[in-house]
Amino acid sequence: MELIDNLALGFATALTFNNLFYCFLGVLLGTLIGVLPGIGPTATIAMLLPVTFALSPVTSLIMLAGIYYGAQYGGSTTAILINLPGESSSAVTAIDGYQMARQGRAGPALAAAALGSFFAGSVATLVLATAAPALADVALEFGPAEYFSLMVLGLVSSVALAHGSVVKALGMIVLGLLLGLVGQDVNSGIPRFTMGFPELYDGVNFVAVAVGVFGIAEILRNLETEQDRDVAVQRVTNILPSWEDLKAMAAPVVRGTVLGSALGILPGGGAILSSFAAYTVEKKLSKTPERFGKGAIEGVAAPESANNAGAQTSFIPMLTLGIPANPVMALMIGALIIQGITPGPNVATDEPALFWGVIVSMWIGNLMLVLLNLPLIGVWVRLLKVPYYVLFPAILAFSAIGVYSINSNAFDLYAVAVFGILGYVLVKLDCEPAPLLLGFILGPMLEEHLRRAMIISRGDPSVFVTRPLSGVLLLLAAAILVIVFMPAIAKKREQVFQED
Amino acid sequence: MTNRLRDFLAGAIFIVLGLVFVIGTLGLERGTAFRMGPGYFPTVLAGLLILIGVSIAVQAAREEAVPITMHAVPWRGLVLILAAPVLFGLTVRGLGLLPAIVIVAAVSSFASRRMRPALAAAITVALTVFCVLVFNVGLGLPIRLIGPWLS
Repeated sequence: MELIDNLALGFATALTFNNLFYCFLGVLLGTLIGVLPGIGPTATIAMLLPVTFALSPVTSLIMLAGIYYGAQYGGSTTAILINLPGESSSAVTAIDGYQMARQGRAGPALAAAALGSFFAGSVATLVLATAAPALADVALEFGPAEYFSLMVLGLVSSVALAHGSVVKALGMIVLGLLLGLVGQDVNSGIPRFTMGFPELYDGVNFVAVAVGVFGIAEILRNLETEQDRDVAVQRVTNILPSWEDLKAMAAPVVRGTVLGSALGILPGGGAILSSFAAYTVEKKLSKTPERFGKGAIEGVAAPESANNAGAQTSFIPMLTLGIPANPVMALMIGALIIQGITPGPNVATDEPALFWGVIVSMWIGNLMLVLLNLPLIGVWVRLLKVPYYVLFPAILAFSAIGVYSINSNAFDLYAVAVFGILGYVLVKLDCEPAPLLLGFILGPMLEEHLRRAMIISRGDPSVFVTRPLSGVLLLLAAAILVIVFMPAIAKKREQVFQED
Repeated sequence: MTNRLRDFLAGAIFIVLGLVFVIGTLGLERGTAFRMGPGYFPTVLAGLLILIGVSIAVQAAREEAVPITMHAVPWRGLVLILAAPVLFGLTVRGLGLLPAIVIVAAVSSFASRRMRPALAAAITVALTVFCVLVFNVGLGLPIRLIGPWLS
């Protein structure tokens, strides 16, 4: 069987000492930043990206992926123990998880999160292994018109699935697209929007954008509300869940996994949306919905399974189409491009070791996470007491060295400051930064495919609707826009993201 | 601050940035839809951004003004946090990696009002040692530890 052969290749790649080591390093770092609030996976990956350029492409991707799904694990620990979600994807876990901890059931809550995540991670790995090659085969048939329409659909649905104002998110996307176009035009070589800076001929450094918008802006936001974090942490005793707990969480884990796997594939989906949706579904299905918010184990197991499944299946569009579903995937695409690999349907056939090695490493990484999290919970609990102001000198130093090491160019550091302040102002005005980064990565690709499609069609824009696949994709994008602007749906959409 | 003012400002920022990009496209050749010049797509996008900004601002004007709590801007932190990468950029080539890390760590430590000098000194020393070990010794980053200004 082909799948078995492919997985065997994946294991052969992922089980080398080097890759195991970086996988472990990745999930360890991921858990760490998941536990520490104020620094998310996007900023961490942006910061560490330059370091990974020294590694082989497969090793660097294994490590970066580990950081991403490791953060989903770590985020649940703080959500349960001190009611402060380390990651936004664990925000709903805090609702019931913290109540469980207050009732002295922190152990079973943590176990539900970890075991649910492991189950979800294992299933999502299989989903990835079967769905990704199939999708890559379809994508090989894509022409420029299809790619253009697919990116439009991706950008539009990332708006629909993100929380907050739809129009503002659209604005952030367009701003991101424009920023992505800064630099020399590929076709004519004419510099655009460079304001006379030769440093901008190659475009704005995307690591600088990510570090500024996600790292610096996040630190500034944390400085606004410097509160004490010495919330009383309950001693975690008796980690093992009872037989009743296991029975109660089994079905929610499965439902969360299915929901998360499906939502993760959608652009803009991924971990955050998955966990919110899973919590809502469990509450709807429960015979005793009044227990939710008062320590229901289903309210921990389902969203934690869903966010981990979603984190993993969001790799599918990235690996097969070269299109990011969320900012973390946008960074991975950037990493691959710098490593000399063009993400897209060819990766599965041209770089099978990379493709399958990364997929298998996710399952291994999930196993490491269970071992890392449950027995070592005491260590992580102690880390919760680290005050935030001790952390950000380190964040800034790593960011500065990382950004500088890419081009040995001081200009990129000034860009960090500029995008830091821009990101902070926009976040203050209630504009989410994630769509900006998606637009930034997609801007040049979108223009390139648009131009190519128009040259092939000799300037006839109807090509986007007359080619059947492209037409369907654009129709979907239009339908999504119409739906999110319908007043009834807009209200419902707000409710999904305001569970607490 | 009201939600109305906040949304209006958000719209205004998009309009201003859109105009900046429009100005940037003025010297660029647009071309035709068949053969797009370097200015074609950016002009479309910049126009779209202005349109979005206008619609946010108009929507804001029609909203009912509800007061919202917005945290005060941490000015001291803002200045020090933004200064850190800039200072690193200004000094890393001349002074070298080691002094540049010391500067970043020392400056950013004091972004928080809670920081005490002794702790800041400890963090700076520990962070500098760690970064030099990881980036210079471990990863062999080709940046001089001590730059020409000091030697």
